[in-house]
Amino acid sequence: MLDIKNLHANINGKEILKGINLTVKPGEVHAIMGPNGSGKSTLSSVLAGNPAFEVTEGSVTFYGKDLLSLSPEDRSHEGIFLSFQYPVEIPGVSMVNFMRAAVNEQRKYKGLEPLSATDFLRMMREKREIVELDNKLASRSVNEGFSGGEKKKNEIFQMAMLQPRLSILDETDSGLDIDALRIVAGGVNKLKSDQNATIVITHYQRLLDYIAPDFVHVLYKGRIVKSGGPELALELEEKGYDWIKKEVDK
Amino acid sequence: MDIEKQYIELYDQYHSLIDKHASPILNALREKAMSDFREMGFPTPDNEEYKRTNIPALFAPDYGLNLNRVEIPVNPYEVFRCDVPNLSTLLYFVVNDSFYTKDTPKVKLPEGVLIGSLNEIAQTHPDLVQRYYGKQACAEKNGIVALNTAFVQDGFFLYVPKGVIIEKPIQLINILRGNADFMVNRRLLIILEEGAQAHLLVCDHTMDKNKFLASQVTEIYAGKNTVFDYYDIEESSLNTRRVTSTFVSQAENSNVLINGITLHNGITRNDYQMTFVGEHAEARLCGMAIADKKQSVDNHTFIDHAVPNCTSNELFKYVLDDSSTGSFSGRILVREGAQKTSAYQTNRNLCATKEAHMYTKPQLEIYADDVKCSHGATVGQLDENALFYLRSRGIPEAEARMLLMFAFTNDVIENVRMDALKERLRQLVEKRFRGELDKCAGCNICQ
Repeated sequence: MLDIKNLHANINGKEILKGINLTVKPGEVHAIMGPNGSGKSTLSSVLAGNPAFEVTEGSVTFYGKDLLSLSPEDRSHEGIFLSFQYPVEIPGVSMVNFMRAAVNEQRKYKGLEPLSATDFLRMMREKREIVELDNKLASRSVNEGFSGGEKKKNEIFQMAMLQPRLSILDETDSGLDIDALRIVAGGVNKLKSDQNATIVITHYQRLLDYIAPDFVHVLYKGRIVKSGGPELALELEEKGYDWIKKEVDK
Repeated sequence: MDIEKQYIELYDQYHSLIDKHASPILNALREKAMSDFREMGFPTPDNEEYKRTNIPALFAPDYGLNLNRVEIPVNPYEVFRCDVPNLSTLLYFVVNDSFYTKDTPKVKLPEGVLIGSLNEIAQTHPDLVQRYYGKQACAEKNGIVALNTAFVQDGFFLYVPKGVIIEKPIQLINILRGNADFMVNRRLLIILEEGAQAHLLVCDHTMDKNKFLASQVTEIYAGKNTVFDYYDIEESSLNTRRVTSTFVSQAENSNVLINGITLHNGITRNDYQMTFVGEHAEARLCGMAIADKKQSVDNHTFIDHAVPNCTSNELFKYVLDDSSTGSFSGRILVREGAQKTSAYQTNRNLCATKEAHMYTKPQLEIYADDVKCSHGATVGQLDENALFYLRSRGIPEAEARMLLMFAFTNDVIENVRMDALKERLRQLVEKRFRGELDKCAGCNICQ
């Protein structure tokens, strides 16, 4: 479904991604690991279409479509979902209005009628249960005053609402205690099918105990320097990143 | 003084005509007001307090005035369909500067309540009107108020006697109508006796495309233990110049909310002055302006903590697009001895383009040492991270921008203490951001 070829990207004129190659097929879970500053979050931002980043070279196709020519909203409509490392607080925009707008825009894109109020609220209720998101949070402003754990649950809740074909989880484990981590990972697993795929971006192996990857890639200095199976994550957990850095830097 | 000259000459020529169509109480203040005006003239942009709105320029055109009180051919109860759904109000109209006396609501008001034409009530209840009229709005301090006092012939009057609560909101629609450039001088006088409660919603509309200058002076007297809400909503035309001065005097333990919302306008200058004369009173002064094209909105506020133990809360928000201009100046004075004062002020502004300009000036003068005061002012753009977040969930950019602008102004609407009006304002603000205000359904007034 996703083909990334020789992807280069800048922010403020500084090159962060220096030739990424990655192929993701339906049903797969890819973990992208790497030390801080290696370009993991940049990759997720570029895939979601954050205008702060500039793609200078390479291509990304999603089900044959040129992803890079699509606006962030159309990427979402095509089925890309980014779970933010730092979900944004938006005072004054209620979760309900936000989700109603998002769901109905997606339906419009697919040529469907907007959901009725009853159907929409039923959907909210069902999806909320997947991540045990408190009803009170759903009636508040987007992420406003949410704890770290609640924010991440809210990301997976939105993922459940939008039913993406490709989910990119950017450091979803950061700032989570063990209970929240289990709930969030449980939510991701419930949403997984052989039709959709997941890219898990993480610094630590911990999350991969809950979301089992099929492939593990190591990102360093803007390139994927090593790929392997789940055992690679365990090796990194044990030995750290230094041995890879040494291998690459020599 | 060239601009002042045309008004001075007009007054000299027609003052007996003005008097003829107005009550003795209104007439009594004219001569003095005119001599104050001759002396002061209009405040100019050299004056720090009037830097952002060129007052003489607003008054410069050759406007017509209806000093002979010719009836304006309009039945507002027929043309006005812009009602607030689920909000039943006691509805009144002032057409230009005349209170519309035909077809006023046939309802039984609580004993002693007076609602109607200022000029008429000044004749039927002279003692009452005289006790308050012109007592706060001092002509000797301000050329704009002086000119209004010299020319005013009518306006709106509300009196709520001791202990009376008017449950139903009172709505006053100011309509500007005319086929030539036109000036109106309006006066609102509002008196709440001890323990009285009322809400007043004032909406400004313009019916015709020519130039209008609307000068309005409002005096509000909130007695002991009163609760009063005053919503002041402008939906006028690009050719409308609005200059208002609102004076509020708050007695002990009174609670007054002023919410001034500029949804659509030409050039607007609003002055709000709230004075605490009794302790333990609370004032909330809110405002919002949404402007684009070359619109200009200038709100000038002054809260006078003259006595101890009072609380004021001020919140103003502006969203400026195109090459519009906004200005907020918020002066809070905590006088010597006004201990245990709490005074908070917030002014936040969004400029959507590089051509939009916002000027903000918080001004706190504190002469007491046991007080809680704070202020904050910001001017910025929409949060790019929030915008991307919304777009990444499939919400198109234009829609996402609108959602964020709407959210930005939401807390001013949250300060409305009437649910139906809150809902209506949300709709109006949303329509405004969608650029649809001109298509206001069902109303023949909005252009």
